[in-house]
Amino acid sequence: MKQMATARRQGYWDLRAAGNFIGGGTGTGLVLTAALAAAAGHPADLPLAAGLGCVMAGLSLVWLEIGKPWRAFNVFFHPQTSWMTREGILAGPLLAVGAGAFLFHRPELLAAAAVLAAGFLYCQARLLRASRAIPAWSTPMVVPLIVATALAEGSGAFLALTAPAPVMVGFALAAGLAREAFRHLYRRELVRAKAPDGTLAWFSRPEVHVLQAARLASLALLAAALAGQPTAMAGGILAMLAGWGLKAVMVTRAAYTRGARIPRTPVRGRGTSRIVAPS
Amino acid sequence: MTRWVMIADLRRCVGCQTCTAACKEANGTPPGVQWRRVLDIEAGEYPEVSRVFLPTGCQHCDNPPCQEVCPSGATGKRADGLVTIDYDVCIGCAYCIMACPYEARYKVTEPDWAYGAPTALDQARYDPAMVGVATKCTFCIDRLDAGLKAGLQPGRDPEATPVCVQGCLSGALRFGDLDDPDSDVSRLLAENQWFRMHEQEGTGPGFYYLWDGKRGLI
Repeated sequence: MKQMATARRQGYWDLRAAGNFIGGGTGTGLVLTAALAAAAGHPADLPLAAGLGCVMAGLSLVWLEIGKPWRAFNVFFHPQTSWMTREGILAGPLLAVGAGAFLFHRPELLAAAAVLAAGFLYCQARLLRASRAIPAWSTPMVVPLIVATALAEGSGAFLALTAPAPVMVGFALAAGLAREAFRHLYRRELVRAKAPDGTLAWFSRPEVHVLQAARLASLALLAAALAGQPTAMAGGILAMLAGWGLKAVMVTRAAYTRGARIPRTPVRGRGTSRIVAPS
Repeated sequence: MTRWVMIADLRRCVGCQTCTAACKEANGTPPGVQWRRVLDIEAGEYPEVSRVFLPTGCQHCDNPPCQEVCPSGATGKRADGLVTIDYDVCIGCAYCIMACPYEARYKVTEPDWAYGAPTALDQARYDPAMVGVATKCTFCIDRLDAGLKAGLQPGRDPEATPVCVQGCLSGALRFGDLDDPDSDVSRLLAENQWFRMHEQEGTGPGFYYLWDGKRGLI
């Protein structure tokens, strides 16, 4: 016997919270891509500055969402177990070291900023993973998906901001392919784990198919750019926007709760208890 | 040691929502906020359908996921098992709401009243510290502590017992110390079959659901 579904969509984190994952993902992806570009001898000042700006914008959005914004510094109080605290702790050094790398053009500062950006991005991914009320987030595959999406967004944005070198186009294409692979595994894991119907339904909706088409189009454009066509910028922008859409859907639309679940029905009168299978 | 827990006997619960009303009256929670909810769940397919009334709320877990994710340290856990929120420290990020598998936490961003303007009771109960922060069932921690201080026994003495348990008209809700082998809750758990919700999550809920008596005991 199965029970009725009681899962419902969370209503506390809206587009402002999604904006933190969008800004943080694109921003850290840009910083990481900028560090890679600089190591390969390509100019990376503008992408670095834009990346730091994206991270700041994302944090500003989440600041607008919290109920007590003037207590925001309390976010630093629980680094022992909270990924939100850890994310917050890394944000300051990331912005400071990144600004230093931008101002002084020191490769060691840029490398340090890249390490901090990677840490910040990992914290964001684990932050979602720790959200045990929401199966669409707490599934293990969300971590590589968020990381790959950030790299795809950041490398895509990089191509929109600079003259596209083949190595950077190749990196963006690889990041986009990784995102597709992890997105496929993520979806498969949700089905296998019997995620709420509302979550699974969202990943079948027309809007999501449009996003999927945009991601595939970005891959085609990036592949064409590698073959010498002037499509790198368009492919990059599409890769970035498709990543933003994916996160907006994940955070605000597909985020259904587990719902209450009973493993047995109670015995009443002369009746018997029945086992209730997970729906 | 003491471990306060609650029991809901699903064989007895009739879904009257008196516990919900008692909780709202005692704690002055705004519209849409129900620290003690009773879900009306259907299971099975016609003609074999069961209707189950499921009281739920904060489970005061042994390993509360809300406390793990809380960035401010506002969510705490007492030695007696009660999970607490310090409203003066909470930043209202709602991360704990995303972590609680029992959907027990709420956040409102502005004062709200059931009848438009606040009634006298609303005004008496209104606490501005609870706006913009996470809130949840406290197991009536104030009654509990005041009762203990007065030498009363929670779960037996009405003044020291959570109002939902006190208000339950069928005796489905019970409260007591799990570490006391003579308490009602210890006896009920020993004499009946029970489950805890989302047990596989490893949270160690302090909320038990009775579904049958043990053969030979009842």
